[in-house]
Amino acid sequence: MSELNSALEHPTYNYKVVRQFAVMTVVWGIVGMLVGVLIAAQLAWPALNFDLPWVHFGRLRPLHTNAVIFAFGGSALFATSYYVVQRTCQVRLISDKLAAITFWGWQLVIVSAAITLPLGLTTSKEYAELEWPIDLLITVIWVLYAIVFFGTIAKRKADHIYVANWFFGSFIIAVAVLHIINSLEMPIALNMFKSYSIYAGTVDAMVQWWYGHNAVGFFLTAGFLGMMYYFVPKQAERPIYSYRLSIVHFWALVAVYIWAGPHHLHYTALPDWAQSLGMVMSLILLAPSWGGMINGMMTLSGAWHKLRTDPILRFLVVSLSFYGMSTFEGPMMSIKTVNSLSHYTDWTIGHVHSGALGWVAMISIGSMYHLIPILFGRERMYSISLINAHFWMSTIGTVLYIASMWVNGILQGLMWRAYNQDGTLTYSFVETVAASYPGYVVRVIGGAIFFSGMLLMAYNVYMTSRKDIEPQAAPAVAGAA
Amino acid sequence: MDINDLRGLSTAFLLFAFIGLCFWAYNSKRKKAFDEAANLPFADEELNQRTMQEESRNG
Repeated sequence: MSELNSALEHPTYNYKVVRQFAVMTVVWGIVGMLVGVLIAAQLAWPALNFDLPWVHFGRLRPLHTNAVIFAFGGSALFATSYYVVQRTCQVRLISDKLAAITFWGWQLVIVSAAITLPLGLTTSKEYAELEWPIDLLITVIWVLYAIVFFGTIAKRKADHIYVANWFFGSFIIAVAVLHIINSLEMPIALNMFKSYSIYAGTVDAMVQWWYGHNAVGFFLTAGFLGMMYYFVPKQAERPIYSYRLSIVHFWALVAVYIWAGPHHLHYTALPDWAQSLGMVMSLILLAPSWGGMINGMMTLSGAWHKLRTDPILRFLVVSLSFYGMSTFEGPMMSIKTVNSLSHYTDWTIGHVHSGALGWVAMISIGSMYHLIPILFGRERMYSISLINAHFWMSTIGTVLYIASMWVNGILQGLMWRAYNQDGTLTYSFVETVAASYPGYVVRVIGGAIFFSGMLLMAYNVYMTSRKDIEPQAAPAVAGAA
Repeated sequence: MDINDLRGLSTAFLLFAFIGLCFWAYNSKRKKAFDEAANLPFADEELNQRTMQEESRNG
């Protein structure tokens, strides 16, 4: 009874579930990126398929995307949203039990994906490959997640709902809607892992890319902007540059993103007007996207010197630069005439990774370096200089990856559209594949460097978690490199 | 009135909603409340410290 009273008088936060998700962020980041490096190597050296169906590119590619988006990114979002909602509402999560169920349930989803995808069990919908039993499990876990998150907001002690929670909240609601509508499917039998989508033809394509692009917009953008709105001010030790701007760009972003999907279907059977609408909405998206980037960057005004000594802040700020860069590149690629060159080429993959490695991964890594010492009750990470090394590996790896894919993409686009005077194609397809080889090798190198950085992080996190080891003294000038 | 009028009206509605939102957000009456909100990340150190102490006792 006395314990109960002390809990009521001196409430605490639930850091256990945050810590679990934070540790799994690092673990799944390593797994997902390792698969990514392997399939990148398969594109350069196809013999690495080993003639085995389970490790074939076609089966491992969805495993890579699911692992990095939903396992690594998802764990990072669960960890940070549970942490931020508690700290800015100044109240413990509404239910420790439900929160624990979301943790174990989400890990079960990930393990199911890791088993079924290599077996070739897939709906073949991009980023929604998981079959119907797993789809149902995701739905249940996601509803519980919404209950924990919004329930915690409902019993908050602070008057305001801090802007980061708006972004996390919109991410949770939008992903629920997207997942349920895109995954409507009919199992061929209750004891079989095979279903067919209820949509067909062009409607199927439009629903799929309405889902696909908003997975980018709400899972990979709104959720991570929520992270940005808490961890950038916290690490820079100053409030966000403009709270007003955050409100305007939040509503503009969520209102516009939902319309941008058709740019994935330029020059297809989708009606022309829908393609043009998607293109215009994608162009408008530049404004709210840059609103968020500017708001994050300007938070550092008057504190830029901190970048010299704080590699965590460097992670956060460079991730914002990549966010600004890829949200400029995206609208540009959605212009139909640009898209006629870039679509179906490696440029698209480069664009995705400028967002995925540069923005999503680096803001998550920066946030984790801020978060993990707190969750283990330590003053700081075990080694600041290892964070600095990780920062440079991430940056160099990302730049190598996206630069090689730009070169490959433009090269492929130009070769595919080259005609001879008599109207025949100048190059056969296989010639464009051969010409892409050097780019593929550079991509493997860039990806491997980024991946190795994650191993440094794992070591650093492990050493931070050990109670018998003191953090290393902070180097005098960490930014000397 | 056909469906196209409704489409036009919905565009106009969104435009006015956006302009209204800007005026609402940039109204100087709300400056104080927004300043408070912007400082929420720095307002709960006591609870955080207590949680960290509890964690290090249990862990």
